[in-house]
Amino acid sequence: MAENLLEVRHLTKYFKTKRGMLHAVDDISFDLEKGKTLGLVGESGCGKSTTGRTILRLIEPTSGEILFEGRDVKKMSKRQLKEARKDMQLIFQDPYSSLDPRKTVNQIISEPIIANRILTNKDEIHERVAELMSIVGLAPRLFNTYPHELDGGRRQRIGIARALAMNPKFIVCDEPVSALDVSIQAQILNLLDELQEEMGLTYIFITHDLSVVNHFADEIAVMYLGKIVEKAPAEELFDHPLHPYTKALLSAIPIPDLSERKERIIIRGEITSPIEPPDECRFFKRCPHACEACRKTPQLEEAAPGHLVACARYKELEA
Amino acid sequence: MEKELILEIKDLVVRFETADGVVHAVNGLDLKIEKGRSIGLVGETGAGKTTTALSMLRLVPDPPGVVECEKLELSGRDVLSMSVSELEEVRGKDISMIFQDPMTALNPVFTVGEQIAESIQIHEKVSSQEAEKRAKEMLELVGIPGERAGEYPHQFSGGMKQRVVIAIALACHPKLLIADEPTTALDVTIQAQVLDLMRRLKEQYETSLIMITHDLGIVAEICDDVAVMYAGKIIEIGTLRDIFNKAKHPYTEGLFNSIPNIHDRKAKLTPIQGLMPDPTNLPEGCAFEPRCPYACEGCKKEQALLQISDTHFVRCSRYLEEGFHIERKEKE
Repeated sequence: MAENLLEVRHLTKYFKTKRGMLHAVDDISFDLEKGKTLGLVGESGCGKSTTGRTILRLIEPTSGEILFEGRDVKKMSKRQLKEARKDMQLIFQDPYSSLDPRKTVNQIISEPIIANRILTNKDEIHERVAELMSIVGLAPRLFNTYPHELDGGRRQRIGIARALAMNPKFIVCDEPVSALDVSIQAQILNLLDELQEEMGLTYIFITHDLSVVNHFADEIAVMYLGKIVEKAPAEELFDHPLHPYTKALLSAIPIPDLSERKERIIIRGEITSPIEPPDECRFFKRCPHACEACRKTPQLEEAAPGHLVACARYKELEA
Repeated sequence: MEKELILEIKDLVVRFETADGVVHAVNGLDLKIEKGRSIGLVGETGAGKTTTALSMLRLVPDPPGVVECEKLELSGRDVLSMSVSELEEVRGKDISMIFQDPMTALNPVFTVGEQIAESIQIHEKVSSQEAEKRAKEMLELVGIPGERAGEYPHQFSGGMKQRVVIAIALACHPKLLIADEPTTALDVTIQAQVLDLMRRLKEQYETSLIMITHDLGIVAEICDDVAVMYAGKIIEIGTLRDIFNKAKHPYTEGLFNSIPNIHDRKAKLTPIQGLMPDPTNLPEGCAFEPRCPYACEGCKKEQALLQISDTHFVRCSRYLEEGFHIERKEKE
């Protein structure tokens, strides 16, 4: 059986606000096999980025377990965490603000190598940076340039090279292509694809763009206001969405193909506040199928092998 | 029968004369829009889409911007020779623009009702009560309860703010609406609502629409015609069907190949190689030539817009050769 690199159990992150507890991530659990990609999709404010960061413990989780190769990240000491972070990296959304403008490409990429004392010999460091640059497709002449001299695509490549510098096993990609033009997007997606194949990387791929995630992920988890509402293998999710929110989300994607005119589900109504949400389905106020049964927070249940859905009515709606 | 022409642009050139050199943003653009038609202006960052739109409203900052144009007419009136007061009359009344970011387009210290009423009062001689009433109607029209007119922008969500911006733009029933990436800052489900709204309003008021976007999916949703821009020029223009099913230009092909196909998840993406040319130093011939897989010697010369059919034009000299075609298959 395949080995799980990451197991997340009842992960919860609440933020204290003036008006009460904001439930950013509310009791989510999932496994991620080695070498696979989990797509985490949802709209702004659904908790997908918080999930990614909590797993890396860049944000302290409120409760739950994060087992990385069987060890609980949440219980690690500072020193252990520093060691573990070599294996767990993050690629940021905005290649414009995630790079230090005062550092050259070389300095940015070599920083983690020097900070973690992976290499100490200057020539070796230089060689390693050059190697990383060639892996991500940055020309050697860019060695001493500054981020502002480069376009978004190249900047994102720097971010990827920096993440790869530690030879990680696992990378959280937080909207890595959202800030890029389509033609550049494709370049970066292909690069991430190749890297996964060559280095056996495991990804969590966070995005709001379903067509990107469909191309990229093995499994997709759809989040809505801190909860995973549906999780399934990518193909299964696209072919047989079960949750009303997933259906609405899929139908809302504009498709650049004229032969595919489709009925669109337009969801109306107010979004439930994530601050002290009531014990009911989070999608209750916007769901076209909401009824009394939805007045209790639904739990994920297995609708088909590997296909989980949290909806009280999915069976009748399917029928 | 020839339909009423709302907008006619001939040979629009916009450049920005900066300390680092002259940026050639728009380089000879022709465009005609008929009443009630909607056209998608498609291209990547730096293609000159927004600059084109701003020059229609004479909003290009000068200096450093220099706008030159043989003809720029809005419903038969010459925009270029208009005085400032004439321009103020036209803006918001005949031609309106929706900007990309609804978070910054609204004034935070006025209620949304006041902001909609303001544009009505500027253009029409109506009492403030009347303007207020109309403002409420506009809000209802875009799906926001009229009683929320007294609320401030921060009390609305992103999608609602964008709908307020649309309400302001449509308050005086403009003949031409320019929407500059109106849904980029919004979530997909909210985007679906806003597009749905724009489509209904377009039909209801026969407003002509210029939709500036980089998302071909949105174009397929809402546009009748498509113009693809690259480095300040229209490189291909035609009806939705022409462009989506019978694309001719290699750049248009490249754009389509870069988009992940939602139905074929195993399909490898074929990105366009290389980068946009530096707008201060454009190649002499076809600006796409350095990245183009079909490039040949003839592409180093100035490219003319060739006619493919009644509605379909392409700026690629390789179509002068008999039998030349790109790899993308045509569909009916």
